[in-house]
Amino acid sequence: MERSVKSERRSVSERRRVSSPHLDRQELAAIFAGGFIGALARAALAQSLVARSYEWPWATFAVNLLGAALLGYFITRLQERLPPSLYRRAFLGTGICGALTTFSTVMVETVEMIEGAHVGLAVAYAAASIAGGLAAVFLTTKLVRRAGLRV
Amino acid sequence: MSFVLLWLAVGVLGGLGAIARFLLDALVSANTGARFPLGTLLVNASGAFALGVLVGVALQGDAYLLAGTAVIGSYTTFSTWMLESHRLAEDGRRRLLAANVALSLVLGVGAAALGRLIGGG
Repeated sequence: MERSVKSERRSVSERRRVSSPHLDRQELAAIFAGGFIGALARAALAQSLVARSYEWPWATFAVNLLGAALLGYFITRLQERLPPSLYRRAFLGTGICGALTTFSTVMVETVEMIEGAHVGLAVAYAAASIAGGLAAVFLTTKLVRRAGLRV
Repeated sequence: MSFVLLWLAVGVLGGLGAIARFLLDALVSANTGARFPLGTLLVNASGAFALGVLVGVALQGDAYLLAGTAVIGSYTTFSTWMLESHRLAEDGRRRLLAANVALSLVLGVGAAALGRLIGGG
Protein backbone atom coordinates (compact mmCIF):
# COMPACT_ATOMS: atom_id res chain seq x y z
CA MET A 1 0.00 0.00 0.00
CA GLU A 2 1.10 3.55 -0.70
CA ARG A 3 2.21 5.41 2.39
CA SER A 4 0.25 8.57 1.68
CA VAL A 5 -2.96 6.61 1.18
CA LYS A 6 -2.34 4.82 4.45
CA SER A 7 -1.73 7.97 6.43
CA GLU A 8 -4.80 9.58 4.90
CA ARG A 9 -6.88 6.68 6.02
CA ARG A 10 -5.38 6.77 9.48
CA SER A 11 -6.13 10.42 9.97
CA VAL A 12 -9.67 10.16 8.65
CA SER A 13 -10.60 7.38 11.02
CA GLU A 14 -8.22 7.79 13.92
CA ARG A 15 -10.95 8.61 16.41
CA ARG A 16 -12.56 5.21 16.04
CA ARG A 17 -11.15 2.30 18.02
CA VAL A 18 -10.96 -0.03 15.04
CA SER A 19 -10.43 2.04 11.95
CA SER A 20 -12.25 1.05 8.82
CA PRO A 21 -10.72 2.35 5.61
CA HIS A 22 -12.53 4.83 3.44
CA LEU A 23 -13.99 3.13 0.37
CA ASP A 24 -13.90 4.69 -3.06
CA ARG A 25 -16.19 2.96 -5.57
CA GLN A 26 -14.11 3.96 -8.57
CA GLU A 27 -10.99 2.67 -6.88
CA LEU A 28 -12.72 -0.65 -6.18
CA ALA A 29 -13.93 -0.79 -9.79
CA ALA A 30 -10.37 -0.20 -11.02
CA ILE A 31 -9.09 -3.00 -8.76
CA PHE A 32 -11.85 -5.30 -10.01
CA ALA A 33 -11.06 -4.59 -13.67
CA GLY A 34 -7.33 -5.13 -13.12
CA GLY A 35 -7.98 -8.26 -11.07
CA PHE A 36 -10.19 -9.61 -13.86
CA ILE A 37 -7.38 -9.25 -16.42
CA GLY A 38 -4.60 -10.47 -14.13
CA ALA A 39 -6.53 -13.55 -13.01
CA LEU A 40 -7.48 -14.47 -16.59
CA ALA A 41 -3.87 -14.28 -17.76
CA ARG A 42 -2.55 -16.32 -14.84
CA ALA A 43 -5.33 -18.93 -15.01
CA ALA A 44 -4.91 -19.37 -18.77
CA LEU A 45 -1.18 -19.99 -18.37
CA ALA A 46 -1.75 -22.29 -15.37
CA GLN A 47 -4.26 -24.36 -17.37
CA SER A 48 -1.93 -24.76 -20.34
CA LEU A 49 1.25 -25.47 -18.36
CA VAL A 50 0.40 -27.95 -15.62
CA ALA A 51 3.33 -29.00 -13.42
CA ARG A 52 3.49 -32.15 -11.29
CA SER A 53 5.10 -32.09 -7.85
CA TYR A 54 8.48 -33.21 -9.22
CA GLU A 55 8.51 -30.57 -11.96
CA TRP A 56 9.43 -26.90 -11.91
CA PRO A 57 6.16 -24.87 -11.85
CA TRP A 58 6.99 -22.70 -14.85
CA ALA A 59 3.56 -21.11 -15.14
CA THR A 60 3.54 -19.80 -11.55
CA PHE A 61 7.22 -18.89 -11.69
CA ALA A 62 6.79 -16.92 -14.91
CA VAL A 63 3.71 -14.91 -13.87
CA ASN A 64 5.26 -14.11 -10.51
CA LEU A 65 8.52 -12.79 -11.93
CA LEU A 66 6.72 -10.91 -14.70
CA GLY A 67 4.22 -9.44 -12.22
CA ALA A 68 6.97 -8.39 -9.80
CA ALA A 69 8.88 -6.70 -12.64
CA LEU A 70 5.73 -4.89 -13.82
CA LEU A 71 4.80 -3.79 -10.30
CA GLY A 72 8.26 -2.35 -9.69
CA TYR A 73 7.96 -0.49 -12.98
CA PHE A 74 4.41 0.82 -12.45
CA ILE A 75 4.76 1.82 -8.80
CA THR A 76 8.12 3.55 -9.22
CA ARG A 77 6.76 5.48 -12.19
CA LEU A 78 3.54 6.38 -10.40
CA GLN A 79 5.31 7.43 -7.21
CA GLU A 80 8.33 9.19 -8.67
CA ARG A 81 7.63 10.10 -12.28
CA LEU A 82 3.95 10.80 -12.72
CA PRO A 83 1.34 12.95 -10.96
CA PRO A 84 -0.43 10.96 -8.22
CA SER A 85 -3.26 8.82 -9.53
CA LEU A 86 -5.17 6.52 -7.22
CA TYR A 87 -6.95 4.74 -10.06
CA ARG A 88 -3.89 3.91 -12.12
CA ARG A 89 -2.27 2.43 -9.07
CA ALA A 90 -5.45 0.50 -8.23
CA PHE A 91 -5.86 -0.83 -11.78
CA LEU A 92 -2.23 -1.57 -12.69
CA GLY A 93 -0.75 -2.38 -9.28
CA THR A 94 -3.38 -3.77 -6.93
CA GLY A 95 -5.50 -5.15 -9.76
CA ILE A 96 -3.36 -6.47 -12.63
CA CYS A 97 -0.04 -7.17 -10.92
CA GLY A 98 -1.68 -8.30 -7.68
CA ALA A 99 -3.92 -10.82 -9.42
CA LEU A 100 -1.42 -11.85 -12.10
CA THR A 101 0.92 -13.00 -9.34
CA THR A 102 0.06 -15.45 -6.60
CA PHE A 103 1.54 -16.36 -3.27
CA SER A 104 -0.84 -19.14 -2.25
CA THR A 105 -0.03 -21.30 -5.28
CA VAL A 106 3.72 -21.02 -4.61
CA MET A 107 3.15 -22.18 -1.04
CA VAL A 108 0.92 -25.11 -2.02
CA GLU A 109 3.36 -26.13 -4.77
CA THR A 110 6.22 -25.99 -2.26
CA VAL A 111 4.28 -28.12 0.24
CA GLU A 112 3.44 -30.64 -2.48
CA MET A 113 7.12 -30.88 -3.43
CA ILE A 114 8.09 -31.50 0.20
CA GLU A 115 5.29 -34.08 0.58
CA GLY A 116 6.55 -35.81 -2.54
CA ALA A 117 10.06 -35.95 -1.00
CA HIS A 118 11.41 -33.43 -3.52
CA VAL A 119 12.86 -31.22 -0.80
CA GLY A 120 15.73 -29.94 -2.95
CA LEU A 121 13.28 -28.83 -5.62
CA ALA A 122 11.10 -27.14 -2.97
CA VAL A 123 14.05 -25.19 -1.55
CA ALA A 124 15.30 -24.23 -5.02
CA TYR A 125 11.83 -23.13 -6.12
CA ALA A 126 11.16 -20.99 -3.05
CA ALA A 127 14.64 -19.47 -3.17
CA ALA A 128 14.52 -18.78 -6.91
CA SER A 129 11.07 -17.21 -6.62
CA ILE A 130 12.17 -14.84 -3.84
CA ALA A 131 15.56 -14.00 -5.36
CA GLY A 132 14.03 -13.63 -8.83
CA GLY A 133 11.14 -11.53 -7.57
CA LEU A 134 13.40 -9.15 -5.64
CA ALA A 135 15.78 -8.89 -8.59
CA ALA A 136 12.87 -8.14 -10.93
CA VAL A 137 11.61 -5.30 -8.72
CA PHE A 138 15.15 -4.00 -8.28
CA LEU A 139 15.82 -3.95 -12.04
CA THR A 140 12.61 -2.26 -13.15
CA THR A 141 12.84 0.28 -10.31
CA LYS A 142 16.36 1.13 -11.43
CA LEU A 143 15.29 1.27 -15.06
CA VAL A 144 12.57 3.84 -14.33
CA ARG A 145 14.91 5.98 -12.21
CA ARG A 146 17.75 5.82 -14.74
CA ALA A 147 15.68 6.54 -17.78
CA GLY A 148 13.67 9.30 -16.16
CA LEU A 149 10.71 8.08 -18.13
CA ARG A 150 7.84 10.45 -18.68
CA VAL A 151 4.23 9.53 -19.43
CA MET B 1 -20.52 -24.78 -18.08
CA SER B 2 -19.72 -23.27 -21.43
CA PHE B 3 -16.18 -22.18 -22.22
CA VAL B 4 -17.03 -18.47 -22.36
CA LEU B 5 -19.05 -18.56 -19.15
CA LEU B 6 -16.30 -20.45 -17.32
CA TRP B 7 -13.61 -17.94 -18.27
CA LEU B 8 -15.91 -15.01 -17.59
CA ALA B 9 -16.38 -16.46 -14.10
CA VAL B 10 -12.58 -16.79 -13.72
CA GLY B 11 -12.24 -13.08 -14.46
CA VAL B 12 -15.09 -11.99 -12.19
CA LEU B 13 -13.92 -14.16 -9.30
CA GLY B 14 -10.36 -12.97 -9.84
CA GLY B 15 -11.57 -9.37 -9.64
CA LEU B 16 -13.43 -10.12 -6.40
CA GLY B 17 -10.35 -11.83 -4.97
CA ALA B 18 -8.31 -8.69 -5.72
CA ILE B 19 -10.92 -6.51 -4.00
CA ALA B 20 -10.93 -8.78 -0.94
CA ARG B 21 -7.12 -8.47 -0.76
CA PHE B 22 -7.30 -4.70 -1.02
CA LEU B 23 -9.96 -4.44 1.70
CA LEU B 24 -8.20 -6.68 4.21
CA ASP B 25 -4.86 -4.97 3.55
CA ALA B 26 -6.44 -1.51 3.95
CA LEU B 27 -8.17 -2.57 7.16
CA VAL B 28 -4.96 -3.97 8.64
CA SER B 29 -2.88 -1.02 7.44
CA ALA B 30 -5.33 1.45 8.97
CA ASN B 31 -4.93 -0.20 12.34
CA THR B 32 -1.21 -0.92 12.46
CA GLY B 33 2.03 0.96 11.94
CA ALA B 34 3.08 1.55 8.37
CA ARG B 35 6.60 0.20 8.77
CA PHE B 36 5.94 -3.50 8.49
CA PRO B 37 3.63 -4.71 5.67
CA LEU B 38 1.44 -6.80 7.97
CA GLY B 39 -1.61 -6.56 5.70
CA THR B 40 0.03 -8.43 2.81
CA LEU B 41 1.41 -11.01 5.23
CA LEU B 42 -2.05 -11.74 6.68
CA VAL B 43 -3.64 -11.86 3.23
CA ASN B 44 -1.00 -14.24 1.94
CA ALA B 45 -0.95 -16.54 4.98
CA SER B 46 -4.75 -16.80 5.08
CA GLY B 47 -4.86 -17.44 1.33
CA ALA B 48 -2.17 -20.12 1.56
CA PHE B 49 -4.24 -21.82 4.26
CA ALA B 50 -7.43 -21.64 2.18
CA LEU B 51 -5.73 -23.01 -0.95
CA GLY B 52 -4.21 -25.77 1.20
CA VAL B 53 -7.71 -26.77 2.32
CA LEU B 54 -8.94 -26.90 -1.30
CA VAL B 55 -6.00 -29.12 -2.27
CA GLY B 56 -6.61 -31.21 0.87
CA VAL B 57 -10.22 -31.91 -0.08
CA ALA B 58 -8.92 -32.79 -3.56
CA LEU B 59 -10.94 -30.15 -5.38
CA GLN B 60 -10.26 -30.59 -9.09
CA GLY B 61 -11.15 -29.44 -12.57
CA ASP B 62 -13.36 -26.39 -13.03
CA ALA B 63 -14.17 -26.17 -9.32
CA TYR B 64 -10.49 -25.79 -8.47
CA LEU B 65 -9.98 -23.36 -11.35
CA LEU B 66 -12.75 -21.12 -9.99
CA ALA B 67 -12.30 -21.38 -6.21
CA GLY B 68 -8.55 -21.93 -6.14
CA THR B 69 -6.83 -20.42 -9.17
CA ALA B 70 -9.29 -17.54 -9.69
CA VAL B 71 -10.43 -16.49 -6.20
CA ILE B 72 -7.57 -17.43 -3.89
CA GLY B 73 -4.89 -17.02 -6.53
CA SER B 74 -5.97 -13.39 -7.04
CA TYR B 75 -6.57 -12.80 -3.34
CA THR B 76 -2.94 -13.58 -2.54
CA THR B 77 -0.12 -11.70 -4.19
CA PHE B 78 3.52 -12.32 -4.86
CA SER B 79 4.37 -9.02 -6.54
CA THR B 80 3.35 -6.81 -3.58
CA TRP B 81 5.29 -9.06 -1.20
CA MET B 82 8.39 -8.54 -3.34
CA LEU B 83 7.84 -4.80 -3.85
CA GLU B 84 7.35 -4.17 -0.13
CA SER B 85 10.45 -6.26 0.65
CA HIS B 86 12.48 -4.35 -1.91
CA ARG B 87 11.36 -1.01 -0.46
CA LEU B 88 12.31 -2.16 3.06
CA ALA B 89 15.77 -3.04 1.71
CA GLU B 90 16.04 0.37 0.04
CA ASP B 91 15.16 2.09 3.30
CA GLY B 92 17.96 0.16 5.01
CA ARG B 93 15.52 -1.75 7.21
CA ARG B 94 17.33 -5.04 6.91
CA ARG B 95 15.71 -6.68 9.90
CA LEU B 96 12.23 -5.86 8.66
CA LEU B 97 13.20 -7.11 5.20
CA ALA B 98 14.49 -10.40 6.61
CA ALA B 99 11.41 -10.70 8.83
CA ASN B 100 9.05 -10.00 5.93
CA VAL B 101 10.68 -12.59 3.66
CA ALA B 102 11.15 -15.26 6.34
CA LEU B 103 7.80 -14.84 8.11
CA SER B 104 5.84 -14.94 4.85
CA LEU B 105 7.68 -18.06 3.76
CA VAL B 106 7.41 -19.90 7.08
CA LEU B 107 3.80 -18.88 7.76
CA GLY B 108 2.85 -19.50 4.13
CA VAL B 109 4.29 -23.00 3.95
CA GLY B 110 2.95 -23.77 7.45
CA ALA B 111 -0.53 -22.46 6.62
CA ALA B 112 -0.69 -24.34 3.31
CA ALA B 113 0.46 -27.57 5.00
CA LEU B 114 -2.04 -27.12 7.85
CA GLY B 115 -4.88 -26.38 5.44
CA ARG B 116 -4.00 -29.42 3.38
CA LEU B 117 -3.98 -31.56 6.54
CA ILE B 118 -7.33 -30.20 7.74
CA GLY B 119 -8.78 -30.73 4.28
CA GLY B 120 -7.74 -34.38 4.57
CA GLY B 121 -4.86 -34.43 2.06
